[in-house]
Amino acid sequence: MNELSYTVAFYIFAAITVAAAFGVVTKSNLVHSALLLALCFIGVSGLYVLLQADFLAAVQILIYNGAIAIVFVLGTMLTRRSQRHGTNDTDVNIPSRVVTLVSGLFVVVTLGVIATTPWHYSSSVIVEDTPSLLAQLILTDYMVVMEAGAVLLLAAMIGAIVLAKGVEE
Amino acid sequence: MIGLVHFLTVAAIIFAIGLYGVLSKRTIVGILMSIELMLNAVNINLIAFSRFITPEVLTGQIFAIFTITVAAAEVAVGMAMIFRVYYDRNTVHAARLDEMRW
Repeated sequence: MNELSYTVAFYIFAAITVAAAFGVVTKSNLVHSALLLALCFIGVSGLYVLLQADFLAAVQILIYNGAIAIVFVLGTMLTRRSQRHGTNDTDVNIPSRVVTLVSGLFVVVTLGVIATTPWHYSSSVIVEDTPSLLAQLILTDYMVVMEAGAVLLLAAMIGAIVLAKGVEE
Repeated sequence: MIGLVHFLTVAAIIFAIGLYGVLSKRTIVGILMSIELMLNAVNINLIAFSRFITPEVLTGQIFAIFTITVAAAEVAVGMAMIFRVYYDRNTVHAARLDEMRW
């Protein structure tokens, strides 16, 4: 991929992601927030493609857009209220100026750290065939962590079923 | 030339937006969505580091996979808890869940 198209693609995906993320926290309708969250995940997967993590881009679309965003939309619709607007308001008891100040300060401090840190770019060759190397790493070096993740998913699934269904009295 | 700094900047902005949402939203669903935004920002950071700093071992991508696993588990349990709270209290406002306040 040549230089110019890479730059243009990066700015397009970054703009989509940031704009959708901004919409998620500013929209007052919860369904709009959930759909914008799905759009934000698509933008993030585009950034993954630009970072040559093609497997993770596919995982991002499959898991985040196929499962998590859908769960959010479902959950939004199941916790129905009388009116649709104003379902995702900001809390009036928390001063919005203070929250904005804290978030803005976080961005400023982080950008300062990013700008002043000397990054040592590696010059070694980039892995082209990521899925096979990832599979090999997961089943050798990170075996225990993968097992722990599997147990965590099972426990979360059972816990979610018990919580949502309720126990017999 | 798009480098590591650009990706880290985007991730920092998304993380701050998520932070704003966590601190200011009224409903638990909105707070959970903002947490997802923050986790995504962390994933962008991990993969950007993996691409530019250690491109030959893919450690960042492995960690991103585990982050996605934890995020999926968190959303499943979180939504189940939201259903439960809505069933019992008929509200999803975080400020009204004050049973343990004294």
